[in-house]
Amino acid sequence: MTTQSATAPCACACACEPSEQEQLKKLDEVIGEYRDKPGGLIPALQLAQTIYGYLPEPVIRRIADGFGKTVSEVTGVVTFYSFFTLHPRGKFLVRVCLGTACYVRGGKEVLDAFKKKLEIEVGETTPDRQFSLEVGRCFGACGMAPVVMVNDTVYQRVKPARVGEMVNQILAGALAAGEKEHA
Amino acid sequence: MFNVTINTQKIQVPEGATILQAARQVGITVPTLCNMEKREAIGACRVCLVDVEGARTLVAACSTPVTEGMVVRTNSSAARAARRHVVEMLLSEHDGNCQTCDRSGDCELRALADEMGVSGLPYEGVKAKRKLDESTPALVRDNAKCIKCRRCVTVCGEVQGVGALVPQGRGFQTVIGPAFTRDMDGVACVQCGQCAAICPVGAIVERSHIPEVWKALDNAKLHVIVQTAPAIRAALGECFGYEPGTRVTGKMAAALRRLGFDGVFDTNFTADLTIMEEGTELLTRLKKALVGKEPVALPMFTSCSPGWINFAEFYFPQFLPNISTCKSPQQMFGAVAKTYYAQKLGLKPEELVVVSVMPCTAKKFEAQRPEMTASGVRDVDYVLTTRELAKMIKEAGIDFRNLPEEAMDAPLGLSSGAADIFANTGGVMEAALRTAYEIVTGRELPVDNLHVQAVSGLEGIKEAALTITGTRKEWSFLEGVELKVAVSHGLANTRRLLQHIQANGAVYHFVEVMTCPGGCIGGGGQPRFTDDSVRLRRIAGIYCEDEGKAMRKSHENPDVAALYKEYLGTPLGEKSHHLLHTHYHRKER
Repeated sequence: MTTQSATAPCACACACEPSEQEQLKKLDEVIGEYRDKPGGLIPALQLAQTIYGYLPEPVIRRIADGFGKTVSEVTGVVTFYSFFTLHPRGKFLVRVCLGTACYVRGGKEVLDAFKKKLEIEVGETTPDRQFSLEVGRCFGACGMAPVVMVNDTVYQRVKPARVGEMVNQILAGALAAGEKEHA
Repeated sequence: MFNVTINTQKIQVPEGATILQAARQVGITVPTLCNMEKREAIGACRVCLVDVEGARTLVAACSTPVTEGMVVRTNSSAARAARRHVVEMLLSEHDGNCQTCDRSGDCELRALADEMGVSGLPYEGVKAKRKLDESTPALVRDNAKCIKCRRCVTVCGEVQGVGALVPQGRGFQTVIGPAFTRDMDGVACVQCGQCAAICPVGAIVERSHIPEVWKALDNAKLHVIVQTAPAIRAALGECFGYEPGTRVTGKMAAALRRLGFDGVFDTNFTADLTIMEEGTELLTRLKKALVGKEPVALPMFTSCSPGWINFAEFYFPQFLPNISTCKSPQQMFGAVAKTYYAQKLGLKPEELVVVSVMPCTAKKFEAQRPEMTASGVRDVDYVLTTRELAKMIKEAGIDFRNLPEEAMDAPLGLSSGAADIFANTGGVMEAALRTAYEIVTGRELPVDNLHVQAVSGLEGIKEAALTITGTRKEWSFLEGVELKVAVSHGLANTRRLLQHIQANGAVYHFVEVMTCPGGCIGGGGQPRFTDDSVRLRRIAGIYCEDEGKAMRKSHENPDVAALYKEYLGTPLGEKSHHLLHTHYHRKER
């Protein structure tokens, strides 16, 4: 694995995605572990998103039933936190921080550059399912502002002019990694 | 106790009290919007900002506890300006259209703007894109009017335990509503309308049946009759300046006649009928259990409250066999009116229009259930809330306060005091016990003034036990049996009670459930604003109505007896089964 985090599906596009039954089994284990813990909903949702890559409606319903909550309550939590997503994300999740420090040091311009380069809006995924674009609210790296996270990798002091090159490098890296694994 | 100064007054305040509570203690009003009685303050609206000496900023009175020596100024110019500013900001995002809004008469935001001296709109904010949700038979939601105070969220989640309305999204983008910003029919909403009763603005209201009712009244070919639920008579007056709990039964009958109804009848009549059917059903179930040792679903639950039926169908389908098969009094009335009464007049069911006036929004849902067509057509055509009736009376230019007291019409207008108390939590239980005890023993229920104190009042879950002695021969199987009953109101309380029954088995014989806090007197269709002091006054008004009647037991109603003699036969008989009973379905959540 290269730059992408454990949350992204396998980079090689081979048949190594877990089966539906395996995913469901894992989900039920998560629900069983967290249902009676105070504040257990959020970690359960995080793990569910790790299993599925996003939070599809049937998964939310299963979690709601398991926790004795209504679907509205669970989607209320899911839509409150920018970390969660109701839609499948691309292989690379680009999160541009617009917290105060990053905002004043040009985070907005960095975001605009990503929108232009990827030709998508915030919350959308490129048609080739390579990139999703989100806005983050402080990653705790204000000293390095403006900050962008791509999966688990932090890019610091990002300049709008460098965004195009960054995207190309990420794609090239993924391609190389893919070739290596298939070699 | 803490020593606190509020404005010019030095007072002692219990530790843990908030500034808001302290101010109220000495009669100082601090405006509030999101704050709710008996619920944790969420400090969402910021309308209650006050000045505290030494504090860095103005603080929210609802969620700031007092401290020793605190000096509070609720009316400093900074506090007044800040509160006005907050309301101006709310107004800048609020798509008001006050002239045409359902709530223009009793809008709390409008009242606040007036109190704060808002004289113009300094800001033009971005308004939410309007999305009207007309997906349910009972309620209409308009998110452009929503000011995100979250009272509906609290009432739906904490008071009713339903959790259909929840903030979705974050910040300015927040939409209060069902999951995936869907319409209400996409979630397990029970249509109780507590949200519509508590909303400070016009973001959730009942679906109006007023135009349809006017149209029916204008049609000379139709015979239009009306039934009024027990809870209306102790609340309708509030829309005409009377104190909560003032009984306006006679003026209400007069007003309905002046609106043009051809028959002014009473849901109370079929409340008495319900007791005959439901009481017999309970005794039959007990006989099966105690004599036949047959498997029979106990405890038996009451079935008058359509929000509770929806709740059970969604959330507790395992208890559906326990719910009495009796239709609610509203639906019994419709079925009897379009058969027995229509035949008396020589009318076909479709020539008769039945309008009901209910304290409830879920009754609008109930009336359109496909099962509710025992007469061959829809048994109840239109359902008005108490608020809608008041609007019609005003629209017709009727001077309500100066109306004479008039009586309901025969034969569907006569009722006992037992029927009146259907409006109160614990009332159906008490009415049933008055009749069942007397049928079984031949003696009057041995409690003071026929009131079962243990099941009355605003406690969320109430229990009572009564040992039956001196039974008549045919009921001897009940001799010495300790009859155990329970009463719940508010669906979160009901959920707790059901979980208790699930865990401990049939610990009761009979359970009354009412959807809304306080029972029907606190229904989602009642005049706003309903808090516990209003509930208690309406409850007291209803008990007065009961005590003022010579006939206080359902089985003594001569017109109900005549209905059985002339038409129905016996309780639980074949005709009753067809007209007065129903069945329930599990609903997918």
